[in-house]
Amino acid sequence: MLFTSYGFIGFLAVLFLLYYICPRKCQWALLLAFSYCFYFLAGAEYVVFLCVTTVTIWFAACRIEDSADRQAAYLKEHKAELSREEKKACKDRLKKVRLGWILAGILLNIGILAVLKYTNFAIANINGLLGAFGQTGRLSFLNLALPLGISFYTFQAVGYLIDVYRGTVRAQRNPFRFALFVSFFPQLVQGPISRFGDLSESLYAEHPFDARTVSFGLQRILWGYFKKMVIADRMLVGVNAIIHDADACQGAYVLVGMFFYACELYADFTGGIDITIGIAQTLGITLQENFERPFFSKSLKEYWRRWHISMGTWFRDYIFYPISVCRPMQKFNKFSRRRLGENLGKRLPVYLSSFVVWFATGIWHGASWNFIAWGLGNWAVLMVSETLEPLYDRFHQRFGAGGKAYRAFEIVRTFLLVSALRTFDCYRSVPVTFRMLGSLLTARNWNILWDGSLLGLGLSLLDYGILAAGVILLLTVSLAQRRGSVRERIAAKPYPVRFVLWYGLFLAVLLAGAYGIGYDASQFIYNQF
Amino acid sequence: MEELMEILQDLHPDVDFETEEHLVDDKILDSFDIVSLIAEINENFDIAITARDILPENFNSAKALYALIQRLEEEG
Amino acid sequence: MRMKKNTKWHKCIKIAVSAFIVISTLFMLQRLLVPKYVDDVVEGAFIAEYYQEEKDFDIVFIGDCEVYENFSPAVLWQEYGINSYIRGSAQQYIWQSYYLLEDTLRYETPDVVVFNVLSLQYDEAQREAYNRMSLEGMEWSPAKVKAIFASMKEEENFLDYVFPILRYHTRWSRLTGTDLEYMFDTKSVSHNGYYMRVDVKPAENVPEGRILADYSFGENAWKYLDKMTALCQEKGIQLLLIKAPSLYPYWYPEWESQVEEYAAANGLRYINFLELQEDTGIDYSTDTYDGGLHMNLSGAEKLSRYLGRLLTEELGVPDRRGEAHLAALWEEKIAAYEAEKEEQYRYYGMK
Repeated sequence: MLFTSYGFIGFLAVLFLLYYICPRKCQWALLLAFSYCFYFLAGAEYVVFLCVTTVTIWFAACRIEDSADRQAAYLKEHKAELSREEKKACKDRLKKVRLGWILAGILLNIGILAVLKYTNFAIANINGLLGAFGQTGRLSFLNLALPLGISFYTFQAVGYLIDVYRGTVRAQRNPFRFALFVSFFPQLVQGPISRFGDLSESLYAEHPFDARTVSFGLQRILWGYFKKMVIADRMLVGVNAIIHDADACQGAYVLVGMFFYACELYADFTGGIDITIGIAQTLGITLQENFERPFFSKSLKEYWRRWHISMGTWFRDYIFYPISVCRPMQKFNKFSRRRLGENLGKRLPVYLSSFVVWFATGIWHGASWNFIAWGLGNWAVLMVSETLEPLYDRFHQRFGAGGKAYRAFEIVRTFLLVSALRTFDCYRSVPVTFRMLGSLLTARNWNILWDGSLLGLGLSLLDYGILAAGVILLLTVSLAQRRGSVRERIAAKPYPVRFVLWYGLFLAVLLAGAYGIGYDASQFIYNQF
Repeated sequence: MEELMEILQDLHPDVDFETEEHLVDDKILDSFDIVSLIAEINENFDIAITARDILPENFNSAKALYALIQRLEEEG
Repeated sequence: MRMKKNTKWHKCIKIAVSAFIVISTLFMLQRLLVPKYVDDVVEGAFIAEYYQEEKDFDIVFIGDCEVYENFSPAVLWQEYGINSYIRGSAQQYIWQSYYLLEDTLRYETPDVVVFNVLSLQYDEAQREAYNRMSLEGMEWSPAKVKAIFASMKEEENFLDYVFPILRYHTRWSRLTGTDLEYMFDTKSVSHNGYYMRVDVKPAENVPEGRILADYSFGENAWKYLDKMTALCQEKGIQLLLIKAPSLYPYWYPEWESQVEEYAAANGLRYINFLELQEDTGIDYSTDTYDGGLHMNLSGAEKLSRYLGRLLTEELGVPDRRGEAHLAALWEEKIAAYEAEKEEQYRYYGMK
């Protein structure tokens, strides 16, 4: 069920009505039922995978917490009589139990994800290698279905397990309540990847009907649909025209494609997240923000702090930190500092763990070399700029760079960098991407920007007009957000003004939305990840 | 504490660690800073800060960080 | 207390006014955006025109272009006093014909229903545009709902029929003056469902039908023909199957024999006009306007004369020219019919 289908809107309407009619004690159960309905409609056989993840993680988390509680109780009870060594032995013994459970939980669930998502990628690569060594045998591909949102719910569940292991959250003992945390339907499709500590309180709470929260939620949903249907789905036509006919669309087209894809991805993804957070808000549930106006970032590093935040922090907290501070890495740190000198020696371990993170980020986005190249491209740029930072600092000091113009330059530079890196995940292969980026320098077809060739991409002049207006509106709203919530400010306006604004936005979606016959119902780009 | 201050000042000479209370929340320390900080502290204090200790409340101020170090030293 | 009452009133008024504005603007927008079918693709307007009539017809035609371009109710009236109406639409699929019959029976029960069998060849809808033109004009009734569900292609959605604005929301970039002029108004574009063309384009080099893998009609098509037969029987209506004398789309002998068999088995009258060229007097060099696909006025009038005689003499359809009210109605219609004839002759430079 797509966010943009009539069925989904009907589904929401029914849920919404029941949610505020039923006894508040039952609200979470209703959400669970609807979430499973949603998942069931996406594919009945997928429910099995969701259940397996839910049950195993729930069980492992309970065992881990039991063990920790037992340890604490035992130590407290025998505080006086136990020696330091005995205490340590007890801790170590129980720690091993916990380690066993967490490893089992993680390996099983990441294993399911990996098998379903990467088996065919691995087979393709093995076949490629076999071919390279002159072997004629080929492995055949497996017919594996990728359950909806598996990357998101698996990460969310595994994050919870690690949190319980670390003792930062209490385990959820009720398996049905826990099932809701894993399957909460608005975030199944494309995230955000919520943390149990952030979400659990409002997820299980009783929510009386609050007109203001509900209307804010609805407004956010509407805004999400605007971004998605008016801008993203329309721009997609142009993006597809350029990337599917790569050979004919070189040089300046690549630049146009870069720009289109950046806007399209932004509008699609943030629009989808707006819808997600908006839906949760109409139900009284607070989800974490996933974006913080990322295209106003002044560096790639900052961009990654502000784009798809829940994914970035997940990788940081559950992969980057553990790898960086684990014992072998600390030893390696000492070793490299001794051997390579303080400066480089200190950086090398960080570069290494970042490499792992970016490789994982790349392959998480999709099982292909495109995404790996994209992830490692990001890594390379980040490491280079990290290494050169002292140089930048000196440059900035000498030339007094820090004014508005320079900041604008930095923002544009970051935008171009991000967009250029993104081309790796839209062209069909890595070599094609390099060829296309290369053609930016060689092709002399800049005249296509104004000679009307752009009208041959399946977008009419009117479409360009709508896109321009949409992007300007997006920019204006983003700029206004620097001074706090736009909805708050609109809410303070007199009723007729509010009415015209929101009804106008509704009409814009209704009339200018790229939906229905004539437009392919495009899936959210992040669906398959 | 002084040893810690030295490490911190080394990392970011331009920050006043005596008074700053929102090192993580205000994004003064990023993930790279935190990792190199941990490497330094682990070595100098002979303790093991693990991933579970990397919480904003432990790294938001020099004082909090020092408290963490003391706690870990005690637990040995 | 008074204050409180006031604010409550205030709120009610606010909501009522807002709702009124929303509903009325959406309604206006919808009226503006839907195609009006008055100056081009007029075929889309035929189905709706029926509802303006005094529904008391002796003969009702159902089917695709092979009925609405090939028979003239005006001639049937003038020469035989037969009161008839054509519920035809472009590429009307057989299930649509069936539900149009159901729809018609909500208002009247004609003596004879004439169905053109060409649409038996389709087992499922081919194009959304044709669905639209056949279904949009129907007034809401269970028959319409069933017709929509029977017709929808995979990419279509029922809601798009309930709120056509969802379907036509992008038409704002192609609006013309006509859309404003006929927002709430409509003009008659057919003559009791007959689409008049007076120009001539002789049939030459009509291509042979290409060879098909399978000549048997689909299960779905048969199902609706069965339903049609049963419904007519139940209501005491004579069902007359016809095949119009269009040379193209090609009418295969294999199809012909299937229909003949069906008619014989169910005791139905079946007339294949392709085989009656001598009796009807159709001359393919003067009686078609598009090289043999459809009849022009001359061809349609010839067919109507033949059919009228058959209906009167063999099926006993009454001559109602003596009914004053009906005669008066028809007088007006004939005047419009003659006027359009003149206009078209002038337009095509034929007079």
